[in-house]
Amino acid sequence: MSDLLVEYLYIVSAVLFVLSLKFMSEVRTSRLGNFCGVAGMGLAVVATLGAFQVGRVDLLVGGVIIGAALGAPIGLKVAMTAVPQRTAMSHAFGSLAVALVGAAEYYQGAPAIDTFTLSVLSAEMILGFLTFTGSCLAFAKLQGLITGRPILFRGRTVVSLTTLGAAVASGVLLVAYPGQEYLLPVMAALALLFGFQLVVAIGGADMPTVIAILNSFAGLSAAALGFVLNNKLLIVAGSLDGSSGLILALIMSKAMNRSFVNILFAGVGAHPVAAAVQPGEQGRTAQTYTVEDVATILANAQRVVFAPGYGLAVAQAQHVVKELADVLQARGVDVKYAIHPVAGRMPGHMNVLLAEAQVPYEQLWEMDRINPLFPETDVVMVVGANDVTNPAARTRADSPLYGMPILDVDKAKTVVFIKRSMGAGFSGVENDLFYNPNTMMVLGDAKKVVGELVSAMRKQST
Amino acid sequence: MTPLTSADLEVDLLIFLLSTLLGQELIRHVSRLLHTPLMALTNAISSVSFVAALIVLSEPGSELVSLLAGVAVALAATNIVSGFLITDRILRLFERRKPKK
Repeated sequence: MSDLLVEYLYIVSAVLFVLSLKFMSEVRTSRLGNFCGVAGMGLAVVATLGAFQVGRVDLLVGGVIIGAALGAPIGLKVAMTAVPQRTAMSHAFGSLAVALVGAAEYYQGAPAIDTFTLSVLSAEMILGFLTFTGSCLAFAKLQGLITGRPILFRGRTVVSLTTLGAAVASGVLLVAYPGQEYLLPVMAALALLFGFQLVVAIGGADMPTVIAILNSFAGLSAAALGFVLNNKLLIVAGSLDGSSGLILALIMSKAMNRSFVNILFAGVGAHPVAAAVQPGEQGRTAQTYTVEDVATILANAQRVVFAPGYGLAVAQAQHVVKELADVLQARGVDVKYAIHPVAGRMPGHMNVLLAEAQVPYEQLWEMDRINPLFPETDVVMVVGANDVTNPAARTRADSPLYGMPILDVDKAKTVVFIKRSMGAGFSGVENDLFYNPNTMMVLGDAKKVVGELVSAMRKQST
Repeated sequence: MTPLTSADLEVDLLIFLLSTLLGQELIRHVSRLLHTPLMALTNAISSVSFVAALIVLSEPGSELVSLLAGVAVALAATNIVSGFLITDRILRLFERRKPKK
């Protein structure tokens, strides 16, 4: 295959990738979008195999077999609740692959590498390695292998910036002395350490933003590798991925009214006890109710809104919530779901979980659209959502949540709050909503409580 | 590897900037409903770094170089396979929910 033909096939492949994202913009064409992605990838691989004689067929075949053996079960079996972990793992794999190819390029060319190429290569490797450990840690947090709370220590900002500075300095030294091969592992180790430090301090509530930022990093490192190899397809694919991560990170941080710097360095929720108002401290008591009380309220409701949060997903309550919604709808009740942009653990995650439970997506209402409707809503059922419904975000200037756009569920006539305990949410801030006179707290596992509600409502019907 | 000429660099930079801008435009128009499958899809697409690993495997190099590229092949292949498969699985969930006409 001639070089020219390969270049043209790469162009077709790049166009397919662009079309792939274009078709992803709406549900109707989205599967075609995925197909375009597959086609673009297939074409890129075929063109490359045609143009370059892969000497180490054993490594190629072995790698592909391992990749297919790992990838197929991950792609086919991972539960929808675990999609964020899968995504974090995929960022880790992608960025490590890019960093390793960078290292291979260096060892192959050193010391006869021009300064520019080596500079990009160093930057690419630092970005790739730090994204690798950062993503591994995000995976561990999402998987519950380590605590979701931020792990902080005094002076950590200084320590992590020093680590990053040292990684960059060893990269600069490598560019200055391309023959000093030992500098590469030093640089890699420092970048790996920095990635770890970056994510260890980030709490669960910030995960949707962090995943998006790591996505952006993974894409950028792939684009940088494209510069090193002068491979334009890699530049296109990498920058599309980088853009996607950046846009999603911006949407997520806007939804939380936080800046990237704040998310990466502030460590909200690190001191839950200090930040939270102790229950009863101000003589406040929450009213707890039973399932029967809620069933009575629901029996008289005309408009009901569900406000689902990640707690719903953890309890796997999405199916039983849909069941309750069906029972209500059968009685002529108007049912909607209020979706906060950061509900769930990655951008758009709640939509996937509700789609899995076959909730019709006409019933899914984004925050901006549903907020004006709360005053005329009879009952809001908050299931496993806490921080995104906390009115302190509007009223208390001293709250870490202050300024974050929330679902205005407190404006509804009645709020039913289903929660395992009176504890604080991811942010470590207690929810003022618990103490509102029109809030009914129902303590218990979301799946169990909603399941009991379904049977109570069914009994009423007959 | 061949050093980049300044003409190559210029073209590469142009491509980078244009595709970043194009990416921003495209992603902005993606429904919020689809942000999770979008991320799975872009992950899979950026695993075209598989191609980069193939190119390295085609160049003569030491055992270390080949080994690094070989591991990269396995990692990128994992992402390609799992990324496209899971994207399709998520999209099928949404497709089932299409409003009936």
